Amino acid sequence: MHEVVVVGGKPAERHLCESCAREIGLVAGAPAPVAEILQKIASGQAPGAGPAAPADTACPVCGTTFTEFKQSGRLGCPECYKAMESQLAPILDRAHQGAVHHIGKVPRRLMREAGEEGRSTEREVALAAAEARAEQIRRLRDDLERAIKTEAYERAAELRDRLRQLHRGAGATGGAP
Amino acid sequence: MSEPDHAKDAGGLGPDGLPAGLFGAGTEWLRADGPEGDVVLSSRVRLARNLAGQRFVHKASESDLRLVLDVCRGAIERAGLGERAVWVDLHETGGMGRSLLLERHLISSHLAKGKLGPKRSSEDWPRAVAVGLPGERAGVMVNEEDHLRLQVIRSGLDLADAWRQAGEIDDLVEAEVDYAFSPRLGYLTACPTNVGTGIRFSVMLHLPALRMAGDIDKVKHAAADMSLAVRGFYGEGSEASGDFYQISNQTTLGKSEQQLLEELGERILPEVIDYERQSRRVLLEKRRWQIEDAAYRAFGVLRHARLLGTEESMKLLSVVRLGIAMGLIDQGSTGDVHALMLAVQPAHLQRAAGREMTQDERRVERARLVRTRLAGG
Repeated sequence: MHEVVVVGGKPAERHLCESCAREIGLVAGAPAPVAEILQKIASGQAPGAGPAAPADTACPVCGTTFTEFKQSGRLGCPECYKAMESQLAPILDRAHQGAVHHIGKVPRRLMREAGEEGRSTEREVALAAAEARAEQIRRLRDDLERAIKTEAYERAAELRDRLRQLHRGAGATGGAP
Repeated sequence: MSEPDHAKDAGGLGPDGLPAGLFGAGTEWLRADGPEGDVVLSSRVRLARNLAGQRFVHKASESDLRLVLDVCRGAIERAGLGERAVWVDLHETGGMGRSLLLERHLISSHLAKGKLGPKRSSEDWPRAVAVGLPGERAGVMVNEEDHLRLQVIRSGLDLADAWRQAGEIDDLVEAEVDYAFSPRLGYLTACPTNVGTGIRFSVMLHLPALRMAGDIDKVKHAAADMSLAVRGFYGEGSEASGDFYQISNQTTLGKSEQQLLEELGERILPEVIDYERQSRRVLLEKRRWQIEDAAYRAFGVLRHARLLGTEESMKLLSVVRLGIAMGLIDQGSTGDVHALMLAVQPAHLQRAAGREMTQDERRVERARLVRTRLAGG
């Protein structure tokens, strides 16, 4: 591989997950650079303080821990970003050259629901509605997993239908002018 | 052996388990008529998207993944990938079919293998790809690292048009399903390196003159300083894969799509392209006979060899491509070279021959195919 990934004259610690690293050629058969890289980044702020955070934060929704993330380079669900906010901050900082806020495209439905002007209060209302839908999906999803585990297939089929509707229904309500 | 593969595509499923007609109209990146086509093979835009409330792929259960396929399929098929879209359930497609899709750059090797994380890998993993026809100019991978990976490709340097269509497809899908999105962090992705816009602009460049002049490292360093990734397009040992390099953005947070597009497409790439052209001019002035000799030697080997490996073929085709682009070889076109770059890949070779072959048999068949095509002119 002749890929070189150097950022600002430094080696490429900022590539976090193995697939990304491999994609850009950072991993050339080396066994476990991701963990090392993450370790470096995560502990970079306080080199004397020891590598691990005192308590290993787990995402309340999917159960992914920061340690797991460090190993796999991947988060478990959208909620992980909130659950591990403080640990992820230095990683995001390094990966995105200090940027902390999204600039760019916003889902159209959010814009629509927020109204043409996209005033902040309306946007917050729209966001809260989207978050409520996501929460409902999460709950139904957990119910479905339980139903499958206990072999309650009729209930599972019913839950699956409701989940489908919820995913699609979000679009239908958003489509109204 | 039938020449191109169209003849077999009569209807239903082909012998490789892929929808017949899928490969009928060629693939966008093989066309050689795009802007700056002497140096740029293709431009690609990829968007990473996930469904709200659902676990990311590597943490999802099989039932979660089936639901993602189920919920997204209709939305994707209606999203204007092309005049029509074909949907391929990869967990129900054999290895040969998946290799064909991989060789055409329609799916990633992770998706082909069902490798969905460092610890999870399964051929049966529910996953799919949708491809826009004709031309394979747009596609969506489902249940790759993220639930959806939308990609649009254009011949030559045309990131703006690729982004335009990617944005439209994205809007149409999003009209039917909720994406995981945070006002502060943007589109939420499994890997934090993609969070924000979730966009990757990438361009595949042919830079043989810069490599010959020993200047390729300068390009790599300059790109790295601007936080861009440079990688070979054909995986491991890309030096042997013919001087094809892919340059792409890595930052996805804090810069808008438009900003990234302008940086890469309007400022950085024109300079790299110009640099390659200058090197080609210098080669013509100072080392004309060496370059012409190298181009014709490569042509001669391709025209007469009895055994050819994939990597060797790619390397030789790269030199021939340079010869054609510089006007040194007056036979064939860069488009012919591109077609051969795909035809020599193992799965395509076997598909054209209509049978599975061992590596040794493929070397014979590859040489035969290249010889025939070049003789046919």
